[in-house]
Amino acid sequence: MFSELTLVAARDGLRRKQFSARELTGAFLGAIEALNPRLNAFITVTPELALEHAAAADAALARGEQGNLTGIPLAIKDLFCTAGVRTTAGSRILEHFVPPYESTVSANLLRDGAVFLGKANLDEFAMGSSNMTSAFGAVTNPWTRQGDNAPLVPGGSSGGSAAAVAARLALGATATDTGGSIRQPASFCGIAGMKPTYGRCSRWGIVAFASSLDQAGPVARTVEDCAILLTSMAGHDPKDSTSADRPVPDFAAACRRGVKGLRIGVPREYRSEGMPPEIEALWQQGLGWLREQGAEIVDVSLPHTKYGLATYYIVAPAEASSNLARYDGVRFTSREDGADLTELYEKTRAAGFGAEVKRRIMIGTYVLSAGYYDAYYLRAQKVRALILKDFTDVFRGVDALVTPTAPSAAFAQGERMDDPIKMYLNDVFTVPANMSGIPGLSVPAGLDAQGLPLGLQVLGRPFDEETVFAVGAALERAAGFAALPSMRAEV
Amino acid sequence: MSLDPATVRRIAKLARIRVDETQLGQLQTELSGILSWIEQLNEVDVEGVEPLAGGAQGAQAMALKMREDIVTDGGIPEQVLANAPDRIGNFYAVPKVVE
Repeated sequence: MFSELTLVAARDGLRRKQFSARELTGAFLGAIEALNPRLNAFITVTPELALEHAAAADAALARGEQGNLTGIPLAIKDLFCTAGVRTTAGSRILEHFVPPYESTVSANLLRDGAVFLGKANLDEFAMGSSNMTSAFGAVTNPWTRQGDNAPLVPGGSSGGSAAAVAARLALGATATDTGGSIRQPASFCGIAGMKPTYGRCSRWGIVAFASSLDQAGPVARTVEDCAILLTSMAGHDPKDSTSADRPVPDFAAACRRGVKGLRIGVPREYRSEGMPPEIEALWQQGLGWLREQGAEIVDVSLPHTKYGLATYYIVAPAEASSNLARYDGVRFTSREDGADLTELYEKTRAAGFGAEVKRRIMIGTYVLSAGYYDAYYLRAQKVRALILKDFTDVFRGVDALVTPTAPSAAFAQGERMDDPIKMYLNDVFTVPANMSGIPGLSVPAGLDAQGLPLGLQVLGRPFDEETVFAVGAALERAAGFAALPSMRAEV
Repeated sequence: MSLDPATVRRIAKLARIRVDETQLGQLQTELSGILSWIEQLNEVDVEGVEPLAGGAQGAQAMALKMREDIVTDGGIPEQVLANAPDRIGNFYAVPKVVE
């Protein structure tokens, strides 16, 4: 059954001609048609384009050409510009935007033979941790609590990507992570998600949120599937001056390295008060699994951890206020008419942006404004330097860190909406990796008492994704996570 | 940090987002709450710390790459203008700015 396949297994099946790319793609399109009305994981589905890509993949396979992803059906977060296919960023203001160009990351996937099923839902401009801020409606997590059908959030901002993969509507998906937007939804949906080092993937053609934090990465069923996707997504791009000019390793091979002899750090500041006991227990169990496989567990300290979120909520809105200035009703957005240009701008932006986006633009505008820049923005940049120094110091003594991914399992739609700060606290364990640029991976490791998935996070040195994958794969093997969401395709 | 209504109006003006008087109170509460919360950074000793602007500095500790200052793309006005809400010829059109 196609729904049971991992990306690796599907790739083997295609190469052995057990099924064609068209059959595989057709099955996933059928799954989307059946389940997307309930999940709302896709904003736009592109069946004709997908079947075109699949036909090209079959022709390539018939010629004996096997790209890294030939014939593999993927979902593309609707933050990546796709040539000729509407790209909304989850915002009303880009409702009709059709990019004339392809983002570098999605172009890399097409180069390697991938099939694009459509554009995945997300929080508006990737600002959120629940996918509740999308102008195209909430995404429903395919998991539900035992004995309770209340719809849960898939996490965010890459909620559509994570829900699509978890419900078996795609073999993998692109995602982006500015403060946890790959790792937190992966944890909430019981799948793997990798935020690579800042600069590993080109940001060119990805709708910008906070440019010094944004980084693309994959979500997929397994750690190895993520490694295979990242190998295609990554690489230097002259069109992004912050993309790293260094070779892309064979990340999939790193998954088989094992952890014998590695030193794994446990940051004591992540043991926050009020952490649910089952998350604490899973964390200890994960460390035990690594110890059994030959790793040494070491207590470490990241003293500025508690300031990560507050720093983030200055830096990210500041950069967002600048990046989102381009949505002015003149060049590529919807427009509300005004008597003069200023009124046109103000009315267009008032109508086009949702409440959370407006809040963040206004916070960013304030912290950058004359008289407040030093007190807020400059101070935040200095604390950011201290957060980076914490990691630099710790990585002199350990090879990787292991922590929980999020402070809770998935919560219900509508919960935590009354106070923006309550929502922000979701990202307490994930934000430091963005502030410092280091790679982070979430691995599904267990279930809570209500039957919801929980993830463990692996953090590593800059550009040492290989060790992160090695540790993540070791956790995955030991966890043997085989639970299935209640809503999933069976095709 | 508590913002007064005049400051919220000024921020909205700077951000070019129209805010109705009816929304002002709620925005004032939310923005003040967020700003009060981020003021916890005041307790961090940042004396002598160099500010860190970017992930690339953090992760790569390297200078950004330079490139030749040459034209590498262009001559595609139809693509550039394809998403414009209004155009006249090869130009974006906006309401009259100068009387």
